[in-house]
Amino acid sequence: MAYLANTPDDIRVMLRTIGLDSLDQLFDMVPPEFRLKRALDVGPALTELELTNHISGLLARNQGADQRVCFLGAGSYDHFIPAVVDHLASRGEFYTAYTPYQAEASQGTLQASFEYQTLVTQLTGMDVSNASLYDGGSAVSEALLMALTVTRRFGRVVIAETVHPEYRQIAATTLEHLEPKLVTIPGPRGTIDPATLAAALTDDTAAVVLQYPNVFGQLEDIEALVKTIHARGALAIVSVDPISLGLLRRPGEYGADIVVAEGQGLGNPMSFGGPYLGIMACREDFLRKLPGRIVGQTIDRHGKRCWVLTLQTREQHIRREKATSNICTNQGLLALRSSIYLAAMGPGGLRQAAELSARKAHYAALRLAAVPGLSLAFPGPFFKEFVVRCAEDPRTVLTAVGRLGYHGGIALGRWYPGLADAILIAVTEKRTREEIDGLAAAYEQALRRG
Amino acid sequence: MDPTQLRYSPTHEWLYLKDLTATVGISRFAVDQLTDLINIELPAVGTRLVRGKSFGEIESVKAVSDLYAPMSGEVTEVNTAVVDNVQLLADDPYELGWLIKLNVDDAAEFGELLDYEAYEKKLAEEAH
Amino acid sequence: MYKLDQTPLLFESSRPGRATAILPAADVPDRPLDDVIPRAHRAADSPALPELSELDVVRHYTNLSALNMAIDANFYPLGSCTMKYNPKRNERLAGLPGLGAQHPYQDDDTLQGLLAILYELQDDLAEIAGLHAVSLQPAAGAQGELTALLVAAAYFRDRGEKRTQVLVPDSSHGTNPASAHLAGFEAVTINSNGCGIVDLADFRAKLSDRTAVFMITNPNTVGLFDPQIGEISRLLHDCGAQLYLDGANMNAILGIVRPGDMGVDLMHYNPHKTFSGPHGGGGPGAGPIAVRDHLAPYLPAPLVGRHPDGTYFLDHDRPKTIGRVRAFFGNTGVLFRAYCYIRSQGPEGLKRVAQHAVLNANYLLTLIKDVYPVPFGTRCMHEFVASARTLAKDRGIRAMDIGKRLIDFNFHAPTVYFPLIVPEALMIEPTETESRETLDAFARALRQISTEDPEFLHNAPHTTPVSRLDEVKAAKTPVLKWQPE
Repeated sequence: MAYLANTPDDIRVMLRTIGLDSLDQLFDMVPPEFRLKRALDVGPALTELELTNHISGLLARNQGADQRVCFLGAGSYDHFIPAVVDHLASRGEFYTAYTPYQAEASQGTLQASFEYQTLVTQLTGMDVSNASLYDGGSAVSEALLMALTVTRRFGRVVIAETVHPEYRQIAATTLEHLEPKLVTIPGPRGTIDPATLAAALTDDTAAVVLQYPNVFGQLEDIEALVKTIHARGALAIVSVDPISLGLLRRPGEYGADIVVAEGQGLGNPMSFGGPYLGIMACREDFLRKLPGRIVGQTIDRHGKRCWVLTLQTREQHIRREKATSNICTNQGLLALRSSIYLAAMGPGGLRQAAELSARKAHYAALRLAAVPGLSLAFPGPFFKEFVVRCAEDPRTVLTAVGRLGYHGGIALGRWYPGLADAILIAVTEKRTREEIDGLAAAYEQALRRG
Repeated sequence: MDPTQLRYSPTHEWLYLKDLTATVGISRFAVDQLTDLINIELPAVGTRLVRGKSFGEIESVKAVSDLYAPMSGEVTEVNTAVVDNVQLLADDPYELGWLIKLNVDDAAEFGELLDYEAYEKKLAEEAH
Repeated sequence: MYKLDQTPLLFESSRPGRATAILPAADVPDRPLDDVIPRAHRAADSPALPELSELDVVRHYTNLSALNMAIDANFYPLGSCTMKYNPKRNERLAGLPGLGAQHPYQDDDTLQGLLAILYELQDDLAEIAGLHAVSLQPAAGAQGELTALLVAAAYFRDRGEKRTQVLVPDSSHGTNPASAHLAGFEAVTINSNGCGIVDLADFRAKLSDRTAVFMITNPNTVGLFDPQIGEISRLLHDCGAQLYLDGANMNAILGIVRPGDMGVDLMHYNPHKTFSGPHGGGGPGAGPIAVRDHLAPYLPAPLVGRHPDGTYFLDHDRPKTIGRVRAFFGNTGVLFRAYCYIRSQGPEGLKRVAQHAVLNANYLLTLIKDVYPVPFGTRCMHEFVASARTLAKDRGIRAMDIGKRLIDFNFHAPTVYFPLIVPEALMIEPTETESRETLDAFARALRQISTEDPEFLHNAPHTTPVSRLDEVKAAKTPVLKWQPE
């Protein structure tokens, strides 16, 4: 049997020590009528070699970014991961430890988390960061719940239509049974108009969620929008792309109150959607409402600098039904990977990743806009993603582009009925000019054929 | 305030009533029990309090406890100095560490609070 | 864990201009940056990240890793967390690009291998639970709890029933009442009786037509299987309410008893516990939920479906769904390891896991119970809660002291001071992957500690890189990031 250590002799001795005759008697507490009287109906046991063959065979049927050139984005990106990230995060001392409850035996994890928190504040320009949440999508909802307790306004929260549609769905699901009304404001030209935003705000609005760059890759007039929000006393929650912060303005600088982000791009594989990490940072004065684990610096008995989980009275295990978040764990290993990534890239490397992504995306936009049947959907500036309108059904075109070896984009009709003819295309620093030219040629061929 | 002249709730809040204005704090015993206070949250002026219901909370390093209204009424004043520096409460729960002032609804509720002797007796009993 | 001197912070090792070249120069035609990203959107400078050589980074994290206790190096009997061995084969398989390089919005036809795995995992989790439908979406056990309660809320609303309360035992994990509150319910606490299980009289008294869900952890957090489960289920269902199982302790009952067979309607799993996903220093986990068929329409979307032709697809067409709790599919990497684990064990292996987890816990309990009384009986399931109450009263030795001193013996501490209903609690979960020798050595250490000088214990651990920490200082004057002098 896999992974067990006790020999038949051990089992005999142990049962005798306990005072039992059989393993079955260990379950005396379980009423007989509920006992399962057959074997579980799951696949037969596989040895390591068999498992390896079985899994490798199944995975070989996938056609991911290793098989087709990937231009997919919308929150999950094919960014480059330096080898040191995988190497260091594979250390068993990191990944087989748990939450650092015993600080004396967990200084490695604790110091790494403290460094992660610092890196997030450096990246965002915010005052404080937690040790990470589940993912960028649920982080938006956590930020909204936090804004309710900070402002004590329970009437309404506002979210821009240009925020990732799945992040908005999570907010709707989360708020369904709670008091505030969730209001979505439209962005028909790919960005939010400050006047539209202003009209949606009320005196009992707790917060507004914006995304920058937004789900279409467009750069909102973020400063004007944040000013509009603050003018009504609401909080500005901004969801950002952490890679973009190598180049774009930092949220702390334009007045964001709470910043959230999907941290996947910082050294984490796409892995069909997870595990990722939710980044969350805020202003100093909201610290006691910040959800999730937080690591703080202190000293030990001998005055030596060290680190410990702190401000735990915010958390569910102490607050129970009075907690404003039920978050228990963070995404420790992903936060570690992101820290290693940022340490390896440094300010120059991160800027380069951001700038290369932007430059290549703009080259791709020019090339694709020149393809007959494709045109750019929105006029505004964008970062590493852009939307094209397509003269034919995007799903058919994307299937044809796929056969030519490209994950050519995401059809937006699944989320935006008004954009049934639109495709979202993401370009990272990994894409080469040759691959981008190839994508343009593939679209051309697919459209010509149709 | 002189602790012997105050009234107490079983949940360790003290109350001083003059006309219809009550000053509310928590007892030295409660402060000592909580140890290592780090934060306190108090309601805004104008908030309506209901006797026996939570009106705020106080955090120590390892625990968080509710503050319960000893009488019903409307908050007229909040000790912001304590909110800014909870150490005031730890050092001086009966003077600088007062928490809120209330316009009480029903002075008769006052009679249901424990006087100093009764409160001390209750503490002594709980110690056993 | 090695006993090393302090590793400086990343930021303290940073030197301007010390950088590693990772990315190539641009291969697309050069344009002024202002034409790409207008100046108004750009930061004036790069973020103040540290500048390090690659070797600096490698040494930094290698040295930090040496300051941790971890399953790969130490016995880690942290109660309620199921710190079992994390199989290396699963790690190697999870590192394949057939998993890592898959984008969440790829077409279904490019994901057939992965979807086959996830489909089979849905089936396996339903079978192990004795329930009918599974959502793999929730990112952690706590998120699974919330999701399941939202499912129950949607179910009742659909039926036009207004039920406002969720009943939670006083011994429950703190996430239970917190999740209930967030799902819009009032959490009502049910007391435990003198035997450490649900006080049926209290349960009866608080059960009403306002009750939506009772959240039970069974086996519970004191390590006991509540044999009243049949009665609880009957009373609850007579009242029209739903029975929820917190699946944190599934390791004790795999293949022995299925939650659905004892009346459970909905539950969450913790695959990072039960199915050996690494704990990652505090995550990632996953929190898949399993439900009875009447609740299936409300599960979050998408689920993995199978067409009659045997191909797999993401089923988004779920009109009654509660929506979503996280973006994309779920914590696929964690779920994938759970699948590898279940396939490595097979039906017999899973049952053996439960048997040996319970055997190890009972054996350890027997070895120490004369020194560390176990308040609720002398038997347990996969874990037990011993109390240091007598040691505390007689000699001033507290649960925390014992936990800290165990570190000197190269053992991680048990969970201390939880559950709240046991004073000076030491919650010990050895798991099935530990050997008898390890358990013997741990018991010897515990017995020795009980005889040691209390002063010596108050100052434990004595052999770690740092000694006991000033937690009050950390909370009173929070320093949560490094700042330049």
